[in-house]
Amino acid sequence: MSDMRDYFEEIAAHLDSLARPGEVIISALSAEESDFIRFNRSAVRQATAVRQAAWTISLIGGPKRLDARVNVAGNLAADKPALGALVGELRDSLDGVPDDPFLLYETQPARSAARRAARLPEPAQVIDEVLVAGRGLDLVGFYASGPIWKGFASTLGVRHWHAVESFNFGWCLYHDRDKAVKTSYAGAEWESRAFEGRMRFAREQLALLGERPRDLAPGAYRAFLAPAALTELLGMMSWAGFGLKSRNTKQSALIRMIEQGERLSPLVTITENTREGIASGFQAEGFVRPPQVALVDSGALSAPLVSPRSSREYGVPTNGANAGETPESLDLGGGSLAEARALEALGTGIYVGNLWYLNFSDRSACRLTGMTRFASFWVEGGRIRAPLNVMRFDDTAYRILGANLEALTRERELVPDTDTYGERSTVSVRTPGALLREFTLTL
Amino acid sequence: MLDSLRREFRSLAPAVDFCALRFVEESSEYLAVRQDVPEPPRLQVNRGAMVTVIDKGGLGYGATSDLSRAGLAQAMDRARAYASLTAGRSVMDYGAVEMPRPHGEYRSPVARDAASLSRKEKYELLTSEAAQCRIDERIVDWEANLWTTASKQAYFTADGGDVRQEFHFVVPNLSATAYAKGESQTRTHAGRYNGFCRQGGLEILDAFGLTGAGRTVAEGALELLAAPNCPGGTMDVLLLPDQMMLQIHESIGHPLELDRILGDERNFAGTSFVTLDMFGKYRYGSELLNVTHDPTRPEQYASYGWDDDGLAAQKLFLIRDGILERPLGGAISQKRAGIAGVANTRACAWNRAPIDRMANLNVEPGGSSMDELIASIDHGVMMSTNVSWSIDDSRNKFQFGCEWGRMIRGGKLAEVVKNPNYRGISATFWRSLSGVGDASTFQVMGTPFCGKGEPSQVIRVGHASPACRFSNVDVFGGAA
Repeated sequence: MSDMRDYFEEIAAHLDSLARPGEVIISALSAEESDFIRFNRSAVRQATAVRQAAWTISLIGGPKRLDARVNVAGNLAADKPALGALVGELRDSLDGVPDDPFLLYETQPARSAARRAARLPEPAQVIDEVLVAGRGLDLVGFYASGPIWKGFASTLGVRHWHAVESFNFGWCLYHDRDKAVKTSYAGAEWESRAFEGRMRFAREQLALLGERPRDLAPGAYRAFLAPAALTELLGMMSWAGFGLKSRNTKQSALIRMIEQGERLSPLVTITENTREGIASGFQAEGFVRPPQVALVDSGALSAPLVSPRSSREYGVPTNGANAGETPESLDLGGGSLAEARALEALGTGIYVGNLWYLNFSDRSACRLTGMTRFASFWVEGGRIRAPLNVMRFDDTAYRILGANLEALTRERELVPDTDTYGERSTVSVRTPGALLREFTLTL
Repeated sequence: MLDSLRREFRSLAPAVDFCALRFVEESSEYLAVRQDVPEPPRLQVNRGAMVTVIDKGGLGYGATSDLSRAGLAQAMDRARAYASLTAGRSVMDYGAVEMPRPHGEYRSPVARDAASLSRKEKYELLTSEAAQCRIDERIVDWEANLWTTASKQAYFTADGGDVRQEFHFVVPNLSATAYAKGESQTRTHAGRYNGFCRQGGLEILDAFGLTGAGRTVAEGALELLAAPNCPGGTMDVLLLPDQMMLQIHESIGHPLELDRILGDERNFAGTSFVTLDMFGKYRYGSELLNVTHDPTRPEQYASYGWDDDGLAAQKLFLIRDGILERPLGGAISQKRAGIAGVANTRACAWNRAPIDRMANLNVEPGGSSMDELIASIDHGVMMSTNVSWSIDDSRNKFQFGCEWGRMIRGGKLAEVVKNPNYRGISATFWRSLSGVGDASTFQVMGTPFCGKGEPSQVIRVGHASPACRFSNVDVFGGAA
């Protein structure tokens, strides 16, 4: 699978040759060669190598469309006849498919190619360095690495290619029970010294967890949400929050911004920032994404994400959104608070390193609940005093990122989505930390 | 095809302590009709194989979608390389695990094959029911869908193990959303996240009650739109099976997973408030609580003959009369922990290594009829159909919400309420179990979407339960 670009182009050309007059074939390739290594208690738990390739083939004839996603071998000899047979099967079934009034796909010829190469370490090096670094500690973590290939082709002359190589190691150093420091190291080139530096920082934080943990009573607390915590909140807002379909079917969690003019703080500007994200610049029907789409502008709801299907349904031009109309490169603009001054600005309150398991307790009100997790601390006089026992929050996004938002940090973090459901994700969030006047804890 | 795959595998298998091949081919079809418009069918064939190698105490997995001899050989090489790399540096000596060498076949019971209706006929069925949702201009969105999957699986060990399993899954769903004055309410038939999911054929549509469900969900959404918020306070709750499934899943299932207890999941899914020393003596719930792990119930969503490490399935009690007996842990976890578990090492697909997963995790029926359960509550709320779930990483502090609630006063059903939510702590919540419904209140549910593991895995899980009453629960409603 090392010459995947050539493979993609040859298969695309082969699919071109299969289309009969009046037919359009659009196709998408998704392939990866991944190494996955799990660690627990500073030892290896599971190590897996995965090589996989899948094509999604859509046969379109007039107003009818039929899609099939199939795994393939990833080589021309096997895949050309297999995909040829698949196109034949789709053709045989197409007549029985209902007309699709919302069918829309890219019809203008276009080409693009993006490649981010990397110098990835051998798994043996990673295992060596992690086990040495974790010696005497309780380290649990997950390493994923390797190339990801995405391609889009259509018989109308569209070819888009996106190849990314990367590694991502996320790990926790545990003090006891649920008290841990979570750290990550991701990029294109594994540098032993950089890894050691992050381990050193994690070990320093681990020492803070040795203090007697503090139990908080339910109530409202001044709080600082670190970028990893804010990423979770933004993830919930992205779940059916920004799409046109969710707006028009009144199911958006941000329905009050749409229908009642509710606003977030003027400090909040949220963008789908494809230009600075990791995700590909094209989507499943071949439309190229604009570099940026403003979703919330200085607190006011702005443009929705519009998939091709919604575009047809609601008569609004698509902006290259995926079928679920969820952001893939979400970007919350930074503020003016220097990160180094965050604890000082917090004064007395809680530092929330991570949030966990968020859900809506009232979707129409964008009221969210979730738990604090990992390194979260009680802070007094701008200094960390004690780790917190986990607490549940329950509050609306309009208060958290609205009236109660005091400041955002100037510095921001790119938080890559570490999900590997079926295949490795290329979604990311870029966000600052947030200083809140109040954050409501309930249990 | 499977016989030739077995031959190819065995001819390639290296001289190691243990080697196995797991093949999975899942073919699925998803049909949906939204707002009376049929959406294009989505077909998928997810096919590939994973090789497991255990050698000199190390363990490695290699997965590939290339099922040629060369592809299998490459997967085997990578699995072997990982076994070699991890030998002596793993959480345990994997060579000490007695890996099963199973033989046999399993097949879901199917009365009406999914192919007995054409795609056109399935669309007509969905279109007809979706159209029934259009009863009021406040119904702003509605959808009917049907997801069918056939899964062929084989598990071969180099030294003779040979298991073939064939599963058939049917997952129907219906939903309607009503909107007025800045508020939306959605009512579904058995859950927004496919709570009605079973093994079998199209006879499942009858059990689901597809006919007439369109109008029912639309009326339900309008009913919620007009309803007051659920009041807050401490009161009894009566949870119907389509919420009990979530309660079981989150606050019994996940905390009892042995790999969580052993710490494997602490970087992602979390740990557990349950510790190894609790088994055999810990009071998990009131004496009314009886929980079984039962992959042998034929129609339930996560039934099988053998798990993905080849351990034979059987029904076993995890909690009996409220006392914790055994965890959810398969062959490898049992060896690590030195404790008996169940056959539940499972992978979501060919490209993921198996881990401890709940399969069918059920609360056994008790002795109270629904009328008796209601009559026993002086002040409380009946809740149905999960819509929201959140729990801490030790699976202890939880907050769950339902689509629909109905107040109970003086032992009688009263008004419908919207946005019913409740909070609790797993370690104490089950001890407040004060009534367990009989078989007439029992329903077989499940979810296609249980997430866990690194790399991430979403797997099928079944939960069957009677209606259950809990006393003195912290209840609250939606935002003002």
